[in-house]
Amino acid sequence: MSYRRLRAIFVKELHHITRDARSLGMALAVPVMMLVLFGFALSLDVDRIPTLIYDQDQTQASRDLIKQFQASRFFDIRGFVDGYGPIQRAIDRSTILMAVVIPRDYSQNVGEAREAPVQILLDGSDSNTASIALGYAETVVQNYSLELRTDMMNRRGGEHGAPPVDARLRVWYNSSLESKNYVVPGLIAVILMIIASLLTSLTIAREWEMGTMEQLLSTPLRPAEMVLGKMLAYFVVGLADSAIAVLVGVYVFQVPFRGSVPLLVVSTCVFLMGALFWGIFISAVTRTQQKAYQISLLTSFLPAQLLSGFVWSIESMPKAIQVITYVVPARYFVTILKGVFLKGVGLNVLWGELGFLVLYGAIVFLLATRKLRQKLA
Amino acid sequence: MLRKEFIQALREPRMRLLLFLPPLLQCIIFGYAVNLDVDHARIAWMDMDRTPESRDLRDRFEGSGRFDVVAMPANEEQVQSVLDRSQAQAVVRVLPGFARDLARGRAAEVQVLVDGTNSNTASLILSYGGQIIAAYSSDAMGRQQNGRVLTRSPGSAVNASVPQVTARSRVWFNPDLYSRNYFVPGVVANIIMMVTLMLTALAIVREKEIGTMEQLMVTPLRPMELMLGKTMPFAVVGLVDVTLVTTVALVVFHVPFNGSFLLLLCCSLLFLMTSLGAGLFISTISRTQQQAMMSSFFFSMPAFMLSGFAFPIRNMPLVVQYVSYLNPLRYFIEIVRGIFLKGVGVGVLWPQMACLAVYGATVLTLSALRFHKTLD
Repeated sequence: MSYRRLRAIFVKELHHITRDARSLGMALAVPVMMLVLFGFALSLDVDRIPTLIYDQDQTQASRDLIKQFQASRFFDIRGFVDGYGPIQRAIDRSTILMAVVIPRDYSQNVGEAREAPVQILLDGSDSNTASIALGYAETVVQNYSLELRTDMMNRRGGEHGAPPVDARLRVWYNSSLESKNYVVPGLIAVILMIIASLLTSLTIAREWEMGTMEQLLSTPLRPAEMVLGKMLAYFVVGLADSAIAVLVGVYVFQVPFRGSVPLLVVSTCVFLMGALFWGIFISAVTRTQQKAYQISLLTSFLPAQLLSGFVWSIESMPKAIQVITYVVPARYFVTILKGVFLKGVGLNVLWGELGFLVLYGAIVFLLATRKLRQKLA
Repeated sequence: MLRKEFIQALREPRMRLLLFLPPLLQCIIFGYAVNLDVDHARIAWMDMDRTPESRDLRDRFEGSGRFDVVAMPANEEQVQSVLDRSQAQAVVRVLPGFARDLARGRAAEVQVLVDGTNSNTASLILSYGGQIIAAYSSDAMGRQQNGRVLTRSPGSAVNASVPQVTARSRVWFNPDLYSRNYFVPGVVANIIMMVTLMLTALAIVREKEIGTMEQLMVTPLRPMELMLGKTMPFAVVGLVDVTLVTTVALVVFHVPFNGSFLLLLCCSLLFLMTSLGAGLFISTISRTQQQAMMSSFFFSMPAFMLSGFAFPIRNMPLVVQYVSYLNPLRYFIEIVRGIFLKGVGVGVLWPQMACLAVYGATVLTLSALRFHKTLD
């Protein structure tokens, strides 16, 4: 391996990148766009659920229950109706997600100390929002029920009591439960994967397509030098992207950063190298840019986005797919990122993940070099 | 011309694979892998009381089917490490004196510490855990009161009854709350977008790149014919993909399909106008295939993200919600979900269909004009 040849191919590749201003612009704009989308626009937080109320009872007792829903920040009471027809129409048109129906005998049941059912109708088509909304609604009703019973007991017993079990709920690491805090760190992995798959995979395929590969062949360049040199050029772009992502995440979106900066830098470099080697490997295998692009989209970008635990947690996947996620490098990097950002844990917890990334990078580098040598021979 | 394009699109086995594999792959990923449901959350149980009462509470957590106890930390350090290493998603801590407080009618405390890293899972765990504790509390109150009433006036058990408000919930359209019923219909929209937008742009730019565009232009082919020939095959492929995905959704994933398939195809056609138009437009602004890919990626990515496919539009800031009205994919996703899950027809969906039609006509005309100009 010669330093001079390595540098030559590195500089050549840098020229390629900077000359194609639009591709470079996009390589830098894509991360910013994704950050803005995820930081500002996209969230899974459920609040202000549009709700209709159908009060068949129309008594003080039923209005008392309605007040509980009005007071909760999770519900946005859009109005009162008198019939199932309007509820059906509103749910069909997706103007509301939930309806509370208080039956005619509600106050009677409460007054006579019987079980008083209240009906909650939900649009289940968005299953996640629906299950969270259901949880909130049931909690509102349960708490109100407890309150009623405590009141009644106090009145009867003439002494003050409290609900017997007091649940103290506390959230660690992301105490405001904002989805941006958990999406933005993982996003860095996805962004790096996009850069790797969109840009790198095309580099060697382009040389084949334009016929410059033959020219490179006539030089004393070795496969390993070519792989390393090309990787390093894109490495610069990738590092710039991750720096942008981290800075925007921490300063604009106020995502907490509790861990160590050196650990973040080291693991980013290791992951980036692995991802770039993989892109070059694909590029070496396929001979056209279109195929290289499609294959790298399928093998690196999609798994990084969907199977890394970035938004959709790995635990809720079926076992067979959970096994597949073990070979997705982004999975380990996402764990590291969330650990470093939110939990503030160090190498003593994350060494396994980092070790895997190192191993992955080394294996893919060897693969890419070997494949290229075969193709050249 | 049409035949040439069909042959070109289907000739290569790998290309054939690319036309039909991504739809199936997406279907499988969104049907099986990607879901936000939480069941069998891993919790650590720290019992500092060790009484029948605290064990009863633990049985309720495990018996609910939503929680699995995976660790029994004995001290604070272990609690910390269990959460740091993500071995458990939450720790439930029953404080000492739990049973005693319960018996004396004082507030007995149960702490739930949740790992909030994944805010969505965390809020589901919080609400499930809170419900179990509230139910336990409610039962405990019933027992307490019965005890009290019995000691005071034995024999008058009628007085012991207390009101209890219960929620009877009914979920429409997706009663089991499966994520896949929400995601898989969206895949239909997504696939058409991917197949038509990117492949149309690529097919045209490739002709430019390898120079066969000049050959086509010296033939007596009219620009209109050239354009139709370029887009029609992908429109057909798009419709075939819709049918494919719908079949897989019904047969493999048992996603309910309550509406009319004919309406779905009609709306797909409306949407195709927009995505083919956008594909044409991208082909006019790109010189190389790489640029075409990047541009179509840049176009489809935000369209996809802001369509309500995975992230509900309701949750976005108001400004972004208004912006999303400009997104054709948004209307199509609403239509597809309406047809699949709600079984609604033209009566409900006509505003979305009208928007798609207007959008499609505008985009297609503008791109066609631009395409003409670049040919001349």
